[in-house]
Amino acid sequence: MAPQPQEQYTIEVEHLVKRYPKAPVNAVDDISFSVRRGEIFGLLGPNGAGKTTTIGVLTTGVVPTSGVVRLGGVDVVKDPISVKQRIAVLPQRSNLDGSLKVREILTFHAAYHCIPRAEREARADQLLNELGLADRKNDRVNRYSGGMNQRLMIARALMHAPDVLFLDEPTNNLDPQSRLFLWDRIRDLNARGLTILITTHDMEEADRLCERIAIMDHGKILVDDTPDALKRLIPGGTSLELRVRAPELVAVGAPERAEVKNHVMEALRALPGVAKVDVVEREAAASAGPPAGGSPWASAATGAGGGGNWGGGGGLTSESADQEMLVYRVYAEDAGALLVPAAQAIAGTGVELRDLHLKRPSLEEVFIYLTGRNLR
Amino acid sequence: MATISTPTGPATQVPEAGAKSTSKVRLATTAFFAILRRDVVVTARDFLAFLAQTLLQPLFFLFIFGKVLPSIGLARAGFGSVLLPGIVALTTLTAALQGVTLPLVLDLGFAREIDDRLLAPLPISLVAVEKVVFAALRGMVAGAVIFPLAAWILGSEFQVRTDRIAILVVILILTALAGATLGLTLGTLIRPEQIGLLFALILTPLLFTGCTYYPWSLLDGIKWFQVVTLFNPLTYAAEGMRYAMVPPQVVQGQSISFPTLDLQWVFLGLLVTIVALLIVGMNTFRRRVIS
Repeated sequence: MAPQPQEQYTIEVEHLVKRYPKAPVNAVDDISFSVRRGEIFGLLGPNGAGKTTTIGVLTTGVVPTSGVVRLGGVDVVKDPISVKQRIAVLPQRSNLDGSLKVREILTFHAAYHCIPRAEREARADQLLNELGLADRKNDRVNRYSGGMNQRLMIARALMHAPDVLFLDEPTNNLDPQSRLFLWDRIRDLNARGLTILITTHDMEEADRLCERIAIMDHGKILVDDTPDALKRLIPGGTSLELRVRAPELVAVGAPERAEVKNHVMEALRALPGVAKVDVVEREAAASAGPPAGGSPWASAATGAGGGGNWGGGGGLTSESADQEMLVYRVYAEDAGALLVPAAQAIAGTGVELRDLHLKRPSLEEVFIYLTGRNLR
Repeated sequence: MATISTPTGPATQVPEAGAKSTSKVRLATTAFFAILRRDVVVTARDFLAFLAQTLLQPLFFLFIFGKVLPSIGLARAGFGSVLLPGIVALTTLTAALQGVTLPLVLDLGFAREIDDRLLAPLPISLVAVEKVVFAALRGMVAGAVIFPLAAWILGSEFQVRTDRIAILVVILILTALAGATLGLTLGTLIRPEQIGLLFALILTPLLFTGCTYYPWSLLDGIKWFQVVTLFNPLTYAAEGMRYAMVPPQVVQGQSISFPTLDLQWVFLGLLVTIVALLIVGMNTFRRRVIS
């Protein structure tokens, strides 16, 4: 194998196409991307986007229909054995060897990778300690929780000291604590030089872990960039959300209320660089309408199904508080620069500023913007 | 919080350009034997369960048909010595088959525990070959263990000629390999939800058309059935065992060997089975693990 000119790239994918036999469409449809040495790279997309197939090709389990895929300069189709020495895979579901004890899973894995006995014994003990599994080394795996299985699979993946670690939807079935633990471990491993490719449909996971993200849908890569750059794709950029309290609104009638609203609105519109100002509907009022309708901003803010609405028209007790509060959303190319001016403008209108924060568009919104669909 | 250490660079030897092919052969060989060792360790740990699973049924057959029926006059004395080679062949073949079929059906179906070995640095086909080698070892052990137990069960009815032991060993190995390759093929073809069909539609006919309980030469009167049995690899195994095991009878001062299928047909039948099923099995295995 000739020395590779692009040695800084650990993974190179060029025009990869995979069509399964009898399938009507390509599972992966002409994608190209590359992952730099030491990078955490994310493939983000809904189920069926082609992420797992892509990982399958990179890990030699799926033969591409066309295209070239190289790992560390080695063609995965022409020389799968060399590739297998350099990679480790953390699968979606546990595939731990149920016939072996915990420690044996590690030592046998290392033996499959031709690591000498003394070395594999020492590494197994070391990894069991580091991942908090030492006191269960003689257990069988089926007694383990999902989180414990995951730790053991991490330990197993590290036994042969790979260059590249593939994680296929690693936190899919994990409790929140195990999820955070895994994220820490991933960052930790990356800091020690491992190149990491992760697939996920979890926006937060992609955003918090990955240095670069390729958003996939229907077998294609729509965009491939840093999380921040992806978020800048949305027109209008960042926004500022202000909550103000105007106690007099409860006492006064509807015409005066509209006047106060407009007064504040005008003050905000007058700020430099503002593209648009919205008065955001109160959640109690918004929930009366179809929850999934309206703007994606609203659905992102209320989260998955929002637990606050118990049906009916809201309680009388919260009515006065609702009426006192107004929420404004100020869109601008650089909303961050407006933090202080906006606070001053509010102070000038006589209402009380209760909360002011910068809202960054989430990857979820980027995905909706790109595909017109929600991710899940 | 503990941190995870990773040594720099792969611990496995990344072959250099020059020494690449030899180094890869060495890697694949090491990986192959590590995988084989895993299967042996797991089986040895449950050795009694393995013996019970593979031996109980054939030993009962041997007891009822070779001991009880002759004793109460429903079978001829001496039937035991014709039955025993069939039982040895049956046990060897089914123990080998079971060593690979069920684990593979479950593994490829949903457990996917085999993935760890598929990611080891050896060709995929060698993972299938390892399954065959391990299953064949299992079959040979089971077949060998039958002998002392049969001597105990049959008592004076236990009669085995000793002048063809080399042939016996060769037939035992070939029978085990035939069972293992059949197991590989079935294990890669059958989906977990079809396991019931495996027993009903494949194993049962295999057991009863394989000349286990009757010698092939005596089927002359039922010609169509005699032909049917020739499509069953177990027939060649059982007849080969009979050739190697059934003591000759002395008639009018002449020693007459028990009539069996000719040895060349036995070898041909077993070898064709092994080669054909190994090719089919390795191909279907590849199709199941690589898409």
